[in-house]
Amino acid sequence: MVTVKTFPMGGVHPPENKLTADSPIQALDLPDEVSILLGQHIGAPAEPVVQKGDKVKVGTLIGEGKAFISANVHSTVSGTVKRVDEALDAAGFRKPAVVIAVEGDEWEVHIDRSPDLVTEITATPEEIVDRIKTAGIVGMGGAAFPTNVKYMVPEGKQVDTLVINGVECEPYLTADHRLMLEHTDEILVGIEVLRKALRVDRAVIGIELNKPDAIEAMTQSAARFPNIEVYGLKVQYPQGAEKQLIKAILDREVPGGKLPLDVGCVVNNVGTALAAYHDIQKNRPLIDRVVTVTGTSLPNRGNFLIRVGTPFARAIEAAGGMADDVAKVIAGGPMMGKAVPDLNVPVTKGTSGILLLTKAEAEQRETVPCIRCSKCVEVCPVGLEPYLLEKLARVEYWEQSDEHDVLDCIECGSCTYICPSNRPLLDYIKLSKVKVHEMRRASAS
Amino acid sequence: MNELLIYSALSLGGVAAGFAVVLYVISQRFKVEEDPRIDEVTQMLPGINCGACGFAGCSGLAEALVEAADSGDVSGLSCPPGGSETMKQIGEYFGFEMGSTHKTIAVLRCGGSCSNAPAKTQYQGPSSCAIAHSLYVGINGCPHSCLWLGDCEIACPFDAIVMNPDTGLPEVIPELCTSCGACVRACPRDLFEIRPRGKGKAERRVWINCRNTQPGGVARKNCKVACIGCGKCVRVCNDIVQAISMENNLAYIDPHKCIACGKCVPVCPTNAIMATFEPPKPKQANKETADTQA
Repeated sequence: MVTVKTFPMGGVHPPENKLTADSPIQALDLPDEVSILLGQHIGAPAEPVVQKGDKVKVGTLIGEGKAFISANVHSTVSGTVKRVDEALDAAGFRKPAVVIAVEGDEWEVHIDRSPDLVTEITATPEEIVDRIKTAGIVGMGGAAFPTNVKYMVPEGKQVDTLVINGVECEPYLTADHRLMLEHTDEILVGIEVLRKALRVDRAVIGIELNKPDAIEAMTQSAARFPNIEVYGLKVQYPQGAEKQLIKAILDREVPGGKLPLDVGCVVNNVGTALAAYHDIQKNRPLIDRVVTVTGTSLPNRGNFLIRVGTPFARAIEAAGGMADDVAKVIAGGPMMGKAVPDLNVPVTKGTSGILLLTKAEAEQRETVPCIRCSKCVEVCPVGLEPYLLEKLARVEYWEQSDEHDVLDCIECGSCTYICPSNRPLLDYIKLSKVKVHEMRRASAS
Repeated sequence: MNELLIYSALSLGGVAAGFAVVLYVISQRFKVEEDPRIDEVTQMLPGINCGACGFAGCSGLAEALVEAADSGDVSGLSCPPGGSETMKQIGEYFGFEMGSTHKTIAVLRCGGSCSNAPAKTQYQGPSSCAIAHSLYVGINGCPHSCLWLGDCEIACPFDAIVMNPDTGLPEVIPELCTSCGACVRACPRDLFEIRPRGKGKAERRVWINCRNTQPGGVARKNCKVACIGCGKCVRVCNDIVQAISMENNLAYIDPHKCIACGKCVPVCPTNAIMATFEPPKPKQANKETADTQA
């Protein structure tokens, strides 16, 4: 028997609940108004380049990312700019945004909207990296890190492999799964585009074994691309975490505080590869994404192609509306997603899912004292001691937290998931990370 | 038998004597002379090691005081919990005239209670303001509001802060508050401020009971008593002592300029200004607004 590739340490296997795995991607009707946040990505927010009253089309630049780590933002609809001020972000804070009233659906003329597959890549590597920046492409897996930054390999670092993440280890989410089934060839050309930009000869795709149809489709199509290999990976959360994925496929370990670049890799999501294809081959900036709108209470749950800036409420309505017993709406998946405080928060480039939990599903058991079972240590994919980090955070021992490598935590939530005492381990670890960063900044200055 | 006893007594005694000599030599050679005054001054301080003076504990302040007394200038050093009485005592000890310091108190600057700013969401996370603040905007939608989870109550070393279950907000008990500043450091939203206790026995003081810097309309959506930055209080005060300033849609009363006349309190359209005393009746022109508020 062939051993299945996986990361060697820790991990959990929560119920998969991939309720929407068989629902084809459907485009969501245009809303009346979109609120496009200028800071949808990690890094500095973009600066608005439109004013109230301006007419925009789909694909018009509305925000320019000027800082090194930042990304451009484009209009995702055609219409009139209503306001350039603020809109709610997923945490409920008001952040700079451009609000556009939708009129028709007129696209910028340079965008190629035909469905034909363009396989020939004419752009040079420099052009590709440049255009990825212009098109505002960010990591589509959820973290929304500006993609072009990953491709600016610093001098002295050697990259030999492009790792493509089709794992989708979060329960409930099926957006990447559907993309791999329905846009197989586009994704593969997108990978070729990224591979060319990185000037490497090898690209590997990792897909969890619970998506056999996606593995088959990708393997079949990848036969035409000699430089792309597809790997099935064990169904184990967090298989899709960057460092865990590299370890699983390539058996290279990224040390704490280092980047995949340090072991010769760049990791991108399949959604990012598709966005790169659209950008380089079709001149289409990042304006929409596939979002899994799911939950047991939604009768029409499915995978929706949603324009960025559409309010959550619209997507939920299309999936069947809010049932009375819904207690929690989560942006992202159940493990790493965040509950949103308002249904008017807009879909961003990083919104991979909208998950509705009923009162019974969202129920939390009472927190009881730690029984030192060490299950959290067992499941931590990074090898930390979550029970200890929680304790240190409760007494505000930030220096000791730092010594115990709290900053290496990838916030996967496996510890909180497994804890039989239902302790909020990750909540305290996240707080610790913030405080340790503050402490380090203070001592540096 | 006897021999054994004698030998053991002698050898053990010898070892002990040897160690005694070594210890004596070391203690003489590496002796640290400590100013006896530091210890005495430490005794005069409250001994709670709250850190409000800026030093690590009471002995830290005592050391700084002794050093400052030798140089002849003790200005800038004070013990907030001890107040002017403690400083006076220390001044007498050194033979200095201590400038009188204001008695101060911690003041909460938020009116976002359950009734003024009703909850819009439920919070399931750990009962910690620091964590709730890092997760989201807060239970009532105001990004500057009190989170009702009581980090300040836990942080207060004097039990001077009590969470009121009816309003959700913390309340400072004036008799117990020493203005050590633990709550100021504990609050992730910077809602506490150490302000002078105010004039007279009644401790007359006035403050803006809000920290929201959002535009008025936005702030009011989440909270009935938010400062909307209308500037009415600034105009009233400009004719008197110019103690109120306006920055980012938020008024601020400078406690050192404020004479606690209370004239700004009734003009505030949202009741965002708080006073520890009955403010003067509004003038005729403002009667209508005052009526609707009542």
